[in-house]
Parts: sequence; structure tokens; C-alpha cells
Amino acid sequence: MATETVATFESSLDELGVGLTRTDPEGFDDALAAILDEPAVGVPLRIDGVSLDDVPVTVDPTLAELRAARTGVTPVGTAVATYGTLAIESSPAGDEPVSLFPERHVAVVREEDIVWGLDEAFARLDEAFDAGRDSVVFATGVSATADMGSMVEGVHGPTAVHVVVVES
Amino acid sequence: MSAETRRERAAHIRQLLDTEGENVHADATHINEARYDAAAEFEAYEELRTEAREIKADAIERLPELIDQVTDAVESNGGQVYLADDAADANRYIEEVAGDADSLVKSKSMTTEEIEVNDSLEAAGVDVHETDLGEWVLQVADESPSHIVGPAMHKSREGIAELFNERFDPDDPLETAEELTAFARDWLGERIRDADVGMTGANFVLAESGSIVLVTNEGNARKCAVAPDTHVAVAGVEKLVPSIRELQPFVELIARAATGQSIAQYVTTLSPPVETPALDFDDPDTPLSEAGIGGGGDGGGSDGNDDREFHLVLLDNGRSAMREDDQLRETLYCIRCGACANSCANFQHVGGHAFGGETYTGGIATGWEAGVHGQDSAAEFNDLCTGCSRCVNACPVKIDIPWINTVVRDRINRGVGDASDASDAPEFDFLVEGLTPDEEPGGLTPRKRFFGNFPTFAKLGSATAPVSNWLAGTGPSRALLERFLGIDRRRDLPQFERETLVEWFESRGGSRVAAADADREAVLYPDVYTNHVHTERGKAAVRVLEALGVAVRVPDVASSGRAPLSQGMFATAERHAHDADADLAEHIDAGRDVVVIEPSDLAMFAGEYEKFLPEKSAERLAESSYEAIEYVYGLLENGAERAALRRGDGERVAYHSHCQQRTLGLEAHTVAVLEGCDYDVLTSETECCGMAGSFGYKQEYYELSMDVGSDLEAQFTTDDARDRTVVASGTSCCEQLDALLERTSRHPVQLLDPARER
Ligand code: SF4
Repeated sequence: MATETVATFESSLDELGVGLTRTDPEGFDDALAAILDEPAVGVPLRIDGVSLDDVPVTVDPTLAELRAARTGVTPVGTAVATYGTLAIESSPAGDEPVSLFPERHVAVVREEDIVWGLDEAFARLDEAFDAGRDSVVFATGVSATADMGSMVEGVHGPTAVHVVVVES
Repeated sequence: MSAETRRERAAHIRQLLDTEGENVHADATHINEARYDAAAEFEAYEELRTEAREIKADAIERLPELIDQVTDAVESNGGQVYLADDAADANRYIEEVAGDADSLVKSKSMTTEEIEVNDSLEAAGVDVHETDLGEWVLQVADESPSHIVGPAMHKSREGIAELFNERFDPDDPLETAEELTAFARDWLGERIRDADVGMTGANFVLAESGSIVLVTNEGNARKCAVAPDTHVAVAGVEKLVPSIRELQPFVELIARAATGQSIAQYVTTLSPPVETPALDFDDPDTPLSEAGIGGGGDGGGSDGNDDREFHLVLLDNGRSAMREDDQLRETLYCIRCGACANSCANFQHVGGHAFGGETYTGGIATGWEAGVHGQDSAAEFNDLCTGCSRCVNACPVKIDIPWINTVVRDRINRGVGDASDASDAPEFDFLVEGLTPDEEPGGLTPRKRFFGNFPTFAKLGSATAPVSNWLAGTGPSRALLERFLGIDRRRDLPQFERETLVEWFESRGGSRVAAADADREAVLYPDVYTNHVHTERGKAAVRVLEALGVAVRVPDVASSGRAPLSQGMFATAERHAHDADADLAEHIDAGRDVVVIEPSDLAMFAGEYEKFLPEKSAERLAESSYEAIEYVYGLLENGAERAALRRGDGERVAYHSHCQQRTLGLEAHTVAVLEGCDYDVLTSETECCGMAGSFGYKQEYYELSMDVGSDLEAQFTTDDARDRTVVASGTSCCEQLDALLERTSRHPVQLLDPARER
């Protein structure tokens, strides 16, 4: 993975007001714990070498737990460096609500899943569609509205987003 | 339009200017600026516009096929597709789906506004809650949207706070945008949890996979789509694109065009029923994984209680007929970004409630309203389009919006027309009609006849000047003009010259540069205004061209057809086009260039003529025509002597280009030439002077026209601009500037005129 891609990703996120933490599988648990606001809920990460087993995150939460959670942790299948966009898949585990309802979304992405531009992201999406994974959200920054007279962040979606990049 | 109707319309516009104008102006101009920046920063913009247009054109062409395909795809995913003929049909189906639901949450959708689904559901006993904050504000206020993207753009924060405080009586009165947003989020969050059904629109529908694409910033569409177990998406059939492979250009374009963002916060592609667990808030203690998943079958996950229901309602409501209609078809390419509204000077000032039909507002609304609600609904506001063409480059799918407006205007003329107007002044109608043997239907209003046949009146005006000028200036004639033609008496009328430009040129003995000695020969196109009213700029142009070694001709050529075109008088405009082309063809054949002073005429040659003339003729004329200063620029670039022109010696000028000239990308030439000749140029940031020809003369629009002009006035009266010579390229711009400022304006070619007095 070109370091330029990660650097660009980082500065795109920076512009969006989204933080980024880099770690490797060994350091993952500590890194994640450091940025969680508890209570936290999550879905299985589907990333080799890391899991939510040893962090204070309730996996497969009930609705009550989802509602009470301040942080939601999900994996991200693809991230787009130039826009700082995160592709969140829809899964039976609940990636969509877990990334959407709590005020803070922590997105975990493998370094090699950060692509340069929307072209590459769409090429991957095309493949995913062929494989039957055809529901995905491209999320960029936090939810926002200007409907009340000036720009306010955090409307129906999260107020804060933080990305954890897992280097291999 | 009777004098009474005109007065009412004027009063309505004045009231909107006072109440909503300020908020709309702040937002629309701000977003418009952001759009410019976003486009400028994005290299692929133009290329993607072309691509997006091609995809849309192809999809609309293959629409029946795509409808079949999406039906199969959604059904095999486990959902249902319903093709609704019209609003009633769609509402009937939606009501059936809602069944005994108590409540429904909605994400903003113009298509559901179009069918007024809220009213229909409420009548069936379903509580409907809009969840887009702007849309919700309107629901609470019981108002209609004033903008496609920012429906509550016309409301101020203070107004919203007052509304909420009164309506919800919170413990602590709400004041800031943060407080209002937080309140709305909590209130709506509860409604989303309680809802039995979620309803969304769809920005795009992918035929191959049966996916719907939702583009939002707030996240409410995502919640409406996945929180309740039943999801109804309502989309016009025109939203279909073939597959995920065609989606990218739109994702790159839509937010840039709509709000100037590079990408929207959430671009959601769902292929429902989705695998996301349905959230049953009555059962808070079951883990999500057991809460039941989508009906797709291959979803894996839990025990697969097929909890989710999905219905895609594809709405026709006139769209099939639009597809068959060669002139309205392009409307179906619209991706509802609202850029046409934001770029439109009239819209920026008066807002969508003056500009809107039953549902849609802004530039493209004429096409939509004519297509889905019928011509009457479009007629009401079609007039507000001055044809300035600022929206043409704003549209991400390159729809020729002013053309659609003009087409509908022609159809309105030919339909019932404005019968009240004709019967209002039968004698006068007869008089105007007698003077102007045009091809138009009898019901055409006298005013349209007058403006549309302006070239004929101009001939008469010159022939009878100065009597005509004196007559047009007297109180009684102005009163008559106002009463019968609705020409506002506050507006100065053009003063006709007794000797036309063509006559002057002939009497001076033709060109001072012989064709045999010249590298180039040019025909200076004597447009109506230059020939009859502003002959000075024509004379200056002749001298400038000659100074640069060009042999000039000023033949008597038919008028371009711009005047009748802007009144929607197609048949007359078409005749003019044929005549002008015939007159110019021999010159072009002889290798002469056509130099045009009036930008709106050049725009006609470069654009609209392709609709009237055989392709080859239109192309040839377009390729041989140049805007006057663009031509000077070319001559100088090719080695003509700049020293032959009148130099500026640092003279400070304030320059306002012309809307259509800008659309054609020709503003920079004038600036470059003036600067090259040592003028100190300040260019106007405001793009539109607000006049655009006949529009500014009309009694009911006079105030709006002046209000739009106030931006330009403000810029040209700052400390830096106050003492500058005012220069403008278009006739109507000059007229408006003369009304706004104390200094008189002139055409840039007059500055360069070697005979100009120091
Ligand atoms: S042509 Fe001008 S006036 Fe007409 S809709 Fe477009 S921007 Fe508005």
C-alpha cells in the first residue's frame, strides 16, 4: 500500500474533522480501547488478526444496548483516500444501525483496503455486487444539516467518526 | 394578463421579496458560489457531465426495458415493484401497503410531494412524519417547499425557532441552530422508532440489481429505510439507470452541483429487502442477530424470519408522454440537484414560491410541471425565466433549460393562451396584429406580439423618429402602453435613431478598407438595437475593425429571431432564422466572417439555430460568427496592430459582461483586450443585471428586475468603482445599468474606437 494513499486518506479525514489512529494487530486492542466512549456496541470485524473479543464492546447487542451505546464499532470494506469516504456494508450482524445510531462511529479498516479514488472503490463495488453483496453506504464525515439556519454536525447520524487503520 | 392581474402579480412578488427574498438570497447565492468552486477544483467535471448525459439519454431511450429488468431484479431479491400510472394509482397502492399501520416516517422526496402522498395517508389514518429537518419544518409550518434541495430555504433560523417554541412549547425556549437541530433529532428519533413503515424516494434506481440509491447529508434516509421492517421507495421512472457501473459519474456530480460538496455525506446503495436486522423497538432485549433478517434467502445470518418487506413504486404520471415528446424529453435527464435554481438570478432574489408550480420550482420546473401537472401549472411561472442561460452550464446533465422554457411558452401561446389578456384589449390587439403580420395564433397577447415583433416596431420607430421618440415619452402614451401592454412607465424606452447604422454605412460610402487590401473581410451584423437604437456602438465597431485592417460590410440583414423567441413565438422566430441565414450565407460563402455585437444574437446563432435550420447551415453560421471583442481579440493575437486602437492610459473601467456571453465563455476576451490596451478593468462579480430584455419592461416584474439589479449597482458604486467608466456588452445590460447608475454605460468597442474623443 502506497504511503501516499494513506497520507492522502489521513488529510482528507482531517479536513472532515475525522480522527485517524494507526495500529497493527498487536496494538489493536489498546488503540481501540483508547478511543472508545462507553458503553460501546459493535459487529464482528471480519478482519484477520483483530477482533472485538478483548475490548469493552458488546458484540451482537440488543436494541436496548444499541440505544444506550455511545460508540458503535464496525468494519469498513473499502475506504477512499481522496474523499475520506468509508464504505459500510449492510449485513445481518447490523453494521448499518451500529454505524448510524450511536453518536460516535469507530470504523476499522485494513490498510490494504484503502484505495486511492472513487474509480477503484466503484470497481470493488462492482465486484461486490456480482458476489451478491449489494447494499453499501458510502459515508463521508459526520452527518450534517444547514436546515436550521447554520451548519450543524450530527443530525440523524453520528456526531463524531474515528477511523482505525490496521497495518498488516 | 389583465392590468388587474398584473397588479396582483406585482404585489405578490413584492411581498415575497420582503418576506422570503432575503433568506433565499443568502442561501442560494452561497450555494451557487460553492458550486462554482467545486466545479473549478474538479478536473473531470466537464467530461463527467457529458458522460452523465449520455447515460441518461440511453436509459430514457431504453426505459421500458429497464422497467422490466428492475421488476425482475427486485422480485428476485424478495421485494415488489408497482408501476403507477398516476398520483391516484400510486396513492392507492401505498395505502394498501400501509394497511393498518399507525405511523410512517418519510425521508425527503419530491416525487412523493408530486403525488401528495402525505394527504392521502393522513386521510387513511396513518400519521406521517417527515424526517428531513427542512421538510419537517415545512410540515410543522404547513407550507410547501420553495426549493428542490433546500425545501425550507426561505425560512430564517429565528422564524423556525418561533415556530417550534409556539408549537412544541419546550421547557427552555429554543434559539440556536444547534438547539433546534438537537430538538428535531430527538423528536424525530422517537417517531422513527415508533414507525411501522419507512418511506423514501430514490435518487437513482439500478435496474440490473434492483438497488435504490439515496443521497443525503443528515442520515435520515438510511434510518427510514432500515429501521422499520417495511420500506416503500417511491421514484419516478426516469430515475432508472442500467447498473452500478453507470452510477459513478452521478455520485461525483450530484453533490457538487447541488451544494458544492465534493461528495454527499451518505451515498447509500440498498438492494432491498436488505439483510440489516429490522429494529423492533417493542422488543428491546433480543440480540440484533436474532431480530430477523431480510427475505433475500441467501442472506445467511440468523434463522431467517423473512421480516422485511420492500415495495418500489415507480411513478409514471406523465413521464411516458414526456419521453415521446421531442422537446420535453430532456427534462427526464434531470437528477434534481437544484443547481438551475441556485444559478438563476431571479430565483436567487424572489425564491421558489414565486417561481414554483404545484410541486417543482426553479429553472427545470417548467419542464416538470408541464409534463406531470400540465401546461397550466407551468404557465404561471414560466414568465419568470428571462432566458439568460445562466443555468445551462450549471446543469450537471447539460439540459437546455431555457429552451424547454421557451418551448412551453410557445405551447402556452398556442393553447388557451391568456384569453383574459386578449379580451382585455381587443382594439389594441387588432392594432398590434395589423402592424405585425406574424405566424402566431390569434390568442397571442398583444404584449407578446409587441415584444416579439420588436424589429418591425424598430423600423417604424426609426422611420418616424423623432416623432416616435417624442410620442413614446409622453405621459398619455406611457399610460396607454402600461395599460394595454403592461410596459412599466418607470422604464425608459429605447430612443430610435432616424438614420440607421446600415444607412449611415452606405452614406459614408462603405468600407474605408478595400477588400483587395485586407486579410480579412467581415460582415458586421446589424442587430435591431445596433441598427436602430445604439447606432453609436455599431459605428465604433466599424472603425475598430477597419483600424485593424478588416474590410467591413454592414448589409441589411434580417433580424435573428431573438425577440420572438423570447416570447415563445416559435413560428416567427423560425422564419427570422431562415431569413437571416439566407442573408448571411452568401457572405460566409465568400469567406467573410460574421461579427456580432449583441451577445444574445450570437447565442442564437451558436445555439438555438440548430433547432431551426438544417444541421449544416446552423453549423456553418455558428462557426463563422464571432462576438465583436472576441473577434478583435483574435485579430490582435494574429498580429494586428494594437496601437491602432484608442488606448486607455490607465482609464479605470467597470465592466459587466452579458449572461449569454458568459455561458459561451467569452467574457475573458473582452477583459484581455481592454487590459492589453491599458485599461484598468474591474469586472462585475454579479452575473446578471436583472433585465434580460423584455422582462425588465414588464410592469409586474419591474421591481424584481430592479431588485436583481441592486447587486450590480452595489458593486459598481463601491469606493473602488464609483468613478469608473461603466462598460457592458449587452443592450439590456446597458439599459439596466443606466437605470441603476448615474453614469451612462457603453459597449467596450466604443472605448477602443480610434475616433473616441479624449
Ligand atoms: S435561463 Fe436564466 S432565468 Fe431562465 S431558468 Fe435559467 S437561469 Fe433562470
